[in-house]
Amino acid sequence: MSILCLKSVVKEYPGVQALAGVSFELEAGEVHAIMGENGAGKSTLIKTVTGAIKPTRGYVVYQGQTLPSGDPRAIIDLGISAIYQELSLFPELTVAENIFYGNETYKGLFLDKAKMNENALSLLKSLGTDIKPEVQVKTLSIGFQQLVELAKAVSKQCKLLIMDEPTAPLTNQEVKYMYEAVRRLQKQGVTIIYVSHRLNEVFDLCDRVTILRDGHYIETLDIDKVTEDELIRLMVGRTITNEYPKRTHELGDDYLSVRSLNSGLVKDVSFSLKKGEILGLAGLVGAGRTEIARLIFGADPLKSGEITIDGVTKLINSPHDAIAAGIGLLPEDRKTQGALLTMSISDNVSYSSLDRFSSKGILQPKLERASTQEFVSKLNVKTPSIDQLVGNLSGGNQQKVVLAKWLLNDCSVLIFDEPTRGIDVGAKSEIYELMRQITQRGVSVIMISSEMPELLGMSDRVLVVHDGSIVKELHPEEYSQETVLKYASGF
Amino acid sequence: MDTTQKSLRVEQPFGKVSLQFLSRYWIFIALVVLIVAFSLLSDSFLSKINLLNILRQVSIIGICAVGMTMVILTGGIDLSVGSMIGVSGMACALMLQAGIPPVLAVFLTLVMGLGFGGITGLLINKIHIPPLIATLGLMTALRGVAYILNGGLPIYGIPESVKFLGQGWVFGIPFPVILMIAVFVLGYVLLNKTAFGRHLYGTGGNEEASRLSGVNVEKLKTKVYLLAFFLSTFAGIVLMARVNSGQPRGGTGYEMDIITAVVLGGVSIMGGSGRLMGVIAGVMIMGVLSNGMILLNIDEYVQWVVKGLVLLVAVGLDQLSNHKSEQ
Repeated sequence: MSILCLKSVVKEYPGVQALAGVSFELEAGEVHAIMGENGAGKSTLIKTVTGAIKPTRGYVVYQGQTLPSGDPRAIIDLGISAIYQELSLFPELTVAENIFYGNETYKGLFLDKAKMNENALSLLKSLGTDIKPEVQVKTLSIGFQQLVELAKAVSKQCKLLIMDEPTAPLTNQEVKYMYEAVRRLQKQGVTIIYVSHRLNEVFDLCDRVTILRDGHYIETLDIDKVTEDELIRLMVGRTITNEYPKRTHELGDDYLSVRSLNSGLVKDVSFSLKKGEILGLAGLVGAGRTEIARLIFGADPLKSGEITIDGVTKLINSPHDAIAAGIGLLPEDRKTQGALLTMSISDNVSYSSLDRFSSKGILQPKLERASTQEFVSKLNVKTPSIDQLVGNLSGGNQQKVVLAKWLLNDCSVLIFDEPTRGIDVGAKSEIYELMRQITQRGVSVIMISSEMPELLGMSDRVLVVHDGSIVKELHPEEYSQETVLKYASGF
Repeated sequence: MDTTQKSLRVEQPFGKVSLQFLSRYWIFIALVVLIVAFSLLSDSFLSKINLLNILRQVSIIGICAVGMTMVILTGGIDLSVGSMIGVSGMACALMLQAGIPPVLAVFLTLVMGLGFGGITGLLINKIHIPPLIATLGLMTALRGVAYILNGGLPIYGIPESVKFLGQGWVFGIPFPVILMIAVFVLGYVLLNKTAFGRHLYGTGGNEEASRLSGVNVEKLKTKVYLLAFFLSTFAGIVLMARVNSGQPRGGTGYEMDIITAVVLGGVSIMGGSGRLMGVIAGVMIMGVLSNGMILLNIDEYVQWVVKGLVLLVAVGLDQLSNHKSEQ
């Protein structure tokens, strides 16, 4: 019997079609995996089901009725809950208070704390965990917090539970607890949509899998009738080799070296980067890749460690220092950290290099605009004019604007953190091409990406990060998603 | 009002651009409408003397509005501007009374203003007190200082040379007006022709992205408060020169007029957007409104109501347009 049915769901954003007519059915009581590369449309699909967004066209049928699209409150009341890898708990409140938040039990006018604690305890026990309902959530590890999140979802009498990469930030032991909880929920008759990048989890937990690619529905398969390789092939949809531009130049000598970098999360990280090299940082979300990048860029305070560029030790205490040393960062969150959306393309591109366009402290607009126009044309930013607000550009063009900013500033080391996240396929290959071009001209690149094919396709060398440390260095002949995943998971 | 309502519904992709354009447009129309209305209602409104009077009256808040514009562009606010006007008038008058040479007295007063600006910058950027609270505290503390300086009494006896700052005329224009125009020109150059101005807009629009682009945002914001306090101190000295005395109550409530003028002028209270040209119109509207209401003998309490509503309408329109453009 089908519990949920998507009918030709289309979601369009300016410049991107996130879902291009997706239809599939979910059987009641199954654990159903949804897989696909980043940008395949998984999140959009989930948001459509939970009502966080309204589809442009198409609709969702739930238990024989059309789901009220774009009305999250009503959808929760119908018994559909979701948990995400980012937690939405209140750290200062207790476990029980979190579980029953907005759904409290009363005794007369007052909260019935004893009753809520009792209910929470039995709920947590039914998930196979012995978390105490009275403790503050902030005292729990991320894994246990995730279980509290799960209990919260279940407490709302949920019949369909959506789990969006629930294990991404978890340790192995915590993942086991999560498995146990999922299996128990399934026994209680809850249908589960399980979104994950981790193949082994999908094979361990799920009954069926639906694959999405670039917003299109590809196929739904029984998990015991499919192999890992087949799944990867379906997700990627193309061979890795011909998609990424090959390096044609020789690598130079070591250019950037970092020695024993330490901060809160980063532990004793050392590596070096050659001139013209693309060095990939692989790892699971939360492993510390972004943190390493931010340390090198001076965005976060460094506890100890040394950074040398071309043999010269650099003191980097702020992004300002890093930029002066020739380092640029394209942050993972383009909209909140990279681009200045309320300013024009020209203002963005020249933002870090205004000194060179100033004469006696006064900006020279002609000089500035000629220069920004040159880079905008060079990087093929699609826009009618450099006066266009960056907020009006597509993701790919915004990323090019951020890149142009650093190229104009003559950066010699560029850190790309998730450079193609949320960017459509066409613009992706342009970004890859640009990365190769700049390395050919002697720029050294550190690349962070959760998209394994892209990371392996572009990198001349890959460092695998696990729990804040570099656990393995891989060379192209050893590249495979399985190897990377193995080290990234801490084996 | 009707035109603005309609302008909120313009086409989506360029909605923000045309909204900004129309809100700028609207403020100048409102100014013209106000002037026409008051000249119809009052015979004396359109006289040359009265118009020059309005300009002279707005010069104090005009000078401060330039600093306030920069503060608000960074997403901050300065509630202490009125108290700073009071303290600087009292301090300067006290020094003049004590026989300190005028040039030195003015100079020392300005240094004192910079000192308070530095303290504010420190409170906001190093101790991370939100600007609203930091300047609220200073507003009260500085007003107290203004009273303490001479036991709550005004200080008279301003030398002729200093009076010129507030009462002089050059080419038939009151000197404070010339000072205001100079400050506006300076502010325009800073905001539109220098890296400082560009970084100010960028930081107000997105502080983290600005920091990650290499801007020392703490230093930048400290500079902004230094500048704002310098200007309010300067305005305080001009006010003292105009009224011939240091008044402990001097500048009371000015923060309201100044903030309203800036927001009316189209500077977003969230920071990051707004032009000084609009602020000039905002300042003029505040001046015309006060002057016109006085000429029409409108009750002072009613004037408060009107001014309060003007601020709410100005901020409301800004927030509505922000909200629309986000969708």
